[in-house]
Amino acid sequence: MRAWGLIRLYAILVYVFMFSPIAVVLLLAFNNSQFGGFPIDGFSLRWFYKLAENEAIIRAFKTSMVLGLLTALVSTTIGVLASLALVRYRFRGKDLITTVLISPVLVPETVLAVGLLIFLRWLHMPRSFGLLLVGHSIIALPFVVLVVQARLVGIKREYEEAALSLGANPVQTFFQITLPLLLPAVFAGALFAFTISFDNITATIFWRPSGMETVPTQIFGMLRHSVSPEINALGFVMIVITVGIPLIAGGLARYFSRKKI
Amino acid sequence: MARVELKNIQKSFGLVKAVKDANVTFEENSFTTLLGPSGCGKTTILRMVAGLEAPTSGDIMVGGKRVNEVPIHKRNLGLVFQNYALFPHRTIGENIAFGLKYRGVSKSDTGAKVKEALDIVRLPGVEDRYPSQLSGGQQQRIALARAIVIEPDVLLLDEPLSALDANLREDMRVELKAIQHRIGVTSIFVTHDQSEALAMSDKIIVMSAGRVEQIGAPEEVYNNPASEFVANFLGASNILDVSVSGSDSTSIALDAPYFGTIAVPRDRAVNLGAAKSGKLVIRAEKLRLTNEAVDDKAISAKGVVEAVDYQGQVARYFVRIGDRQFQAMNMIEGRPFDMGAEVTVKINPEDCAVLPADR
Repeated sequence: MRAWGLIRLYAILVYVFMFSPIAVVLLLAFNNSQFGGFPIDGFSLRWFYKLAENEAIIRAFKTSMVLGLLTALVSTTIGVLASLALVRYRFRGKDLITTVLISPVLVPETVLAVGLLIFLRWLHMPRSFGLLLVGHSIIALPFVVLVVQARLVGIKREYEEAALSLGANPVQTFFQITLPLLLPAVFAGALFAFTISFDNITATIFWRPSGMETVPTQIFGMLRHSVSPEINALGFVMIVITVGIPLIAGGLARYFSRKKI
Repeated sequence: MARVELKNIQKSFGLVKAVKDANVTFEENSFTTLLGPSGCGKTTILRMVAGLEAPTSGDIMVGGKRVNEVPIHKRNLGLVFQNYALFPHRTIGENIAFGLKYRGVSKSDTGAKVKEALDIVRLPGVEDRYPSQLSGGQQQRIALARAIVIEPDVLLLDEPLSALDANLREDMRVELKAIQHRIGVTSIFVTHDQSEALAMSDKIIVMSAGRVEQIGAPEEVYNNPASEFVANFLGASNILDVSVSGSDSTSIALDAPYFGTIAVPRDRAVNLGAAKSGKLVIRAEKLRLTNEAVDDKAISAKGVVEAVDYQGQVARYFVRIGDRQFQAMNMIEGRPFDMGAEVTVKINPEDCAVLPADR
């Protein structure tokens, strides 16, 4: 019993270590004090109002949202198609393509970022929002491919063969059978992609055109002057988005699947 | 409904030859079984007829037309899989109506046709359920309904009973055959189960290692195996090397070890031809064990029961005669023989089949 008690204590300490920084941010977002730190003066939403009035942050927030959504769209589309090819067809160089698709996970982000920049220099192209989108999509793609592939392997080929035999052409078969069965993985992949793009900072600093800020680079910039309480409020919003959206999506998916079966 | 012909069909996967020069006809409205062990090429043939695989060479004809280049979704086939392959995200009604959608069937007709198909497979009123709410046997019925509702030219059945429990499998076997008979669709059935093949087929095509071993009616394949493989695959057989010692107008005399001279009727030795030596095939259930005295004219040998496999109404005996072990399957009358019992093993010449030695 004593040993169990120690293990329980240890587990609690690990969780405290992991989550207390997040808890601090969440707590301080509602602090009335002028300074972004303890002690807590009283409950207030003033930093949220302040945040909503800060045009730089709003602009950064919009950029991040658009970038995240587009990254999700691009990397999910490419990822689903790539997974289909890799799982359903046999062709030469398949292993190589798999490795190349997955490699952005393995390569340090800084190296990837510098590499893409040098490539662009070679093409005589300036840094742009488009570049940022391409870069984020490359970083998010492996996660989409891994998630979608895992699900696709579990979808038996017979479903598609049955649909074909009943007269649906390959495109109809994909939209009627494969895609609906793949949908949970497509959603999960898109959420991954959005989240990865939304809080990416390392590569974004390299790729963003001058004057463009995403939420993480904006926070990073603000921190260089001082720890403004607004940042805590912004942190709160980001946590809600990156944790809340997947939770809501998961809940919705479960709700709809229960309704059907 | 259409006749299906395979002409000189070959199929290779890389270096592996899955099907070697198959020439097969599936008659209109008949039930034909492709029978063989796994890897014999039976499923590959089915998939080529379906259009899921392309033959390396040769022609596939459906209803007199060459269909090699016709993609699967334009072949009008019904396909039933071992694991049912019902679309899990669609209701039973939607599953069955799936094929009708691509055939321009109107909404009102679709409902009627789905109902009719469910009646045929004796599962009325389950339109609104999902596949996961049905048992394995029910799901397979729905899969069958989905395949026949489109009135296919050919019904392809890929081991449809193999995933079911033993009892259910035997019920479904009878029912599947009855449904096929009623709607009269050309059916190609793939199985590795010899009893399914014997029970259901109009014609059996026995395959081994990519080659067609024998084509014939169930009784023909069972009683007159064309090769040692067929003899062993359809039930247990005892095979003896024999030499021809004489012949007359009605029978051929064979010298067999242990049993002496056996005069086999000529119609039991059609596959032997003019060969001087051959193999005598005696099915396990045709070897009779007895402990009573036999008359001199009977063909018999003395042996010892080495093992008994008791199965209720029958028993399988492993009997040693000289330096060979024989298998006998006998109905149990009274008490089964015990291990170590000394018995006389009798053969009836009409029950034998003779193959040429080189096959």
